[in-house]
Amino acid sequence: MPYPTDRKYTKEHEWIQASGTTAAIGITDHAQESLGDIVFVELPKVGEELTAGKTFGTVESVKAVSDLYAPASGTVTETNGDLATSPEKVNKDAHGSWMLKITLKNMGDLDGLLSAADYEKFVAEEGAH
Amino acid sequence: MSAVEMTTPIVRKTALNAVHRQLGAKMVDFNGWGMPVEYPASIGCGIINEHMAVRIGVGIFDVSHMGDIRLAGPQALAAVQHISMNDASRLAVGQAQYSALLYPQGTFVDDVIVHRLGEDEYLLVINAGTREKDFNWVRDNTRNFDCKVENLSDDFTQIAIQGPKGVNVLQRLTDANLSAVKFYWVTRGTVCGLKNILIARTGYTAEDGFEIYIPADESTSVQVWNEILSAGKEFGIVPCGLGARNTLRLEGSLSLYGHEISDTINVWEAGLDRFCKMEKPEFVGRAALEKEKAAGLKRTLVGLEMTGRGIARDEYKVLDGAGREIGYVTSGSPAPFLKKNIALAYVPPEFSAMGTPVKVEVRGQGVEAQVVRTPFYKRPKK
Repeated sequence: MPYPTDRKYTKEHEWIQASGTTAAIGITDHAQESLGDIVFVELPKVGEELTAGKTFGTVESVKAVSDLYAPASGTVTETNGDLATSPEKVNKDAHGSWMLKITLKNMGDLDGLLSAADYEKFVAEEGAH
Repeated sequence: MSAVEMTTPIVRKTALNAVHRQLGAKMVDFNGWGMPVEYPASIGCGIINEHMAVRIGVGIFDVSHMGDIRLAGPQALAAVQHISMNDASRLAVGQAQYSALLYPQGTFVDDVIVHRLGEDEYLLVINAGTREKDFNWVRDNTRNFDCKVENLSDDFTQIAIQGPKGVNVLQRLTDANLSAVKFYWVTRGTVCGLKNILIARTGYTAEDGFEIYIPADESTSVQVWNEILSAGKEFGIVPCGLGARNTLRLEGSLSLYGHEISDTINVWEAGLDRFCKMEKPEFVGRAALEKEKAAGLKRTLVGLEMTGRGIARDEYKVLDGAGREIGYVTSGSPAPFLKKNIALAYVPPEFSAMGTPVKVEVRGQGVEAQVVRTPFYKRPKK
C-alpha cells in the first residue's frame, strides 16, 4: 500500500511527522496488521524525555507485547488519551492515529530515517524472508 | 556471512495447512505443528472477531494436531481405569468425560477426553505437543491388560465447530439427529457424504459445539472444511485460529498443558478434584495423591481479574500488597467477550479467597488485581 509521504519511517515500523519543531509519532499500517487487534497502549507521561532508538512505551495485542522505539529524541508534549479507551483506533487507522507528540531535540534526527518509498521497500523485503 | 546454512526444522502440517495459508492466516509453530494463530481482518477475522463469533454464533477450528489413542479389547476398561484418574466405568457407550493421565507422583502426563465408543472400545483425545509421550505412556502402562493400544493420531482430520449456532451448521451436513446428542456424548453419522463419521459434542471453548473426526487425506479434509464454511455462512461462521482458541478456553478456565497442569503440578493444586475419583481403588498416581491430600495444599490455582491498568501474561509474577512475590501467572490475556484482563495463577492458599487483592508484576510495576470466581465465563443456559 502507498505510505503517506508527509512523514518519515523507521525500521521498527513507526512513523514520525514533523511540523516545525513538534513531531507526532505513531505506528505504521504494516505494524498494526502484524500485531493484530490492539488492546493496550502504554505511553510515557508529558514531560518525559525520549532518546532516539530507545524504547519508550509498549503496544499490546491480544497475544503479544511489542516495544515502541523513539524515532527521534525529544520531550513529550502530548499523548493521545483516546488510545487508553479505544486502542483499536490504531488498527482502524494507523497513520491517522498519533500516539504522542514531542518537541524535537535535534531536527537532524529525522534525516537518517526512511522515506515512504524506502519504508515500503523495506517492508516488502522483510516479507520476502 | 556465515558459511553454515540454516535449515528450517521440520514442522508438521495438518491436511488443512494449504487452506489456512490461502485464507491468509498468520501461521505459527505450535509444539512442532504449523498452525493458524488468526485469520485476516480482510475476511472478518482476527482474534477478537473469531472469539466473538464463537460466543455469539459459530466458528470452525482445525484441531487435527491433537492426538488420538484407541484402546480396545476385553480389558480395555480396566486399562483405562488404571491410567486415567476419572471413573470410566460410569461411561455409557457413546459417552465421554474429561480426565487426566497421571505420573506416580500424582502430577500430570496430560489431560484427556475419554470417549467410550463401544462395549470394549475407548478413544483418548490428547494434546498435540504430547502425542508421542502420551502414546508411549499409555502403551507402557497398559501392557498387563488384554487390550490393544493404537495410535490413530495421523488417521484423522479433526474439525471443531463451536458456538451456539454450531448445531445448526452441522445439522445441515449430517443425517445424525444432533438434538439427541447431549453435551459430552458422541454419535456416528454421515457427514458431508462421508459415512460413519464420529461426531462428539465436545470442545475447548466453553460453548456448545461439536468435534468431527474425518479421514485425514487432504482432498476430503479440504472438501469438508469448505462445506462447513458454506453451510455456516448464514450464521456468520468464521475460521478460528489458536489465538481465539486460547482466549476462549481461558474465559472458561479450561486448563492448558504446560500452564495450569504439568508434570510438576498435582491434581489438588490444579483444582481438578471433581475429575479425580479417589473412590477408585487403584490408578497411577492415586497413592501419591492420598499423601498430598493429607499434607495439604502449598499452592492453589485461582482466577485473577486486573483491577489496575495492565494485562497479566503467562509467567508474570504475582505479588502481595507489600510487593513480595507469592506466585505466578499460568495463563493471562485480555478476555474479548468479558472485556476484562484476566489470568489464572498459582498462589498460596491464604491468598485464594474471593476478592483477595494482589498485584501482578507488569514490566517491573505491580498492577492491582483481585481473586475472582472461576470459570470467568459460563455459557448461558438455554
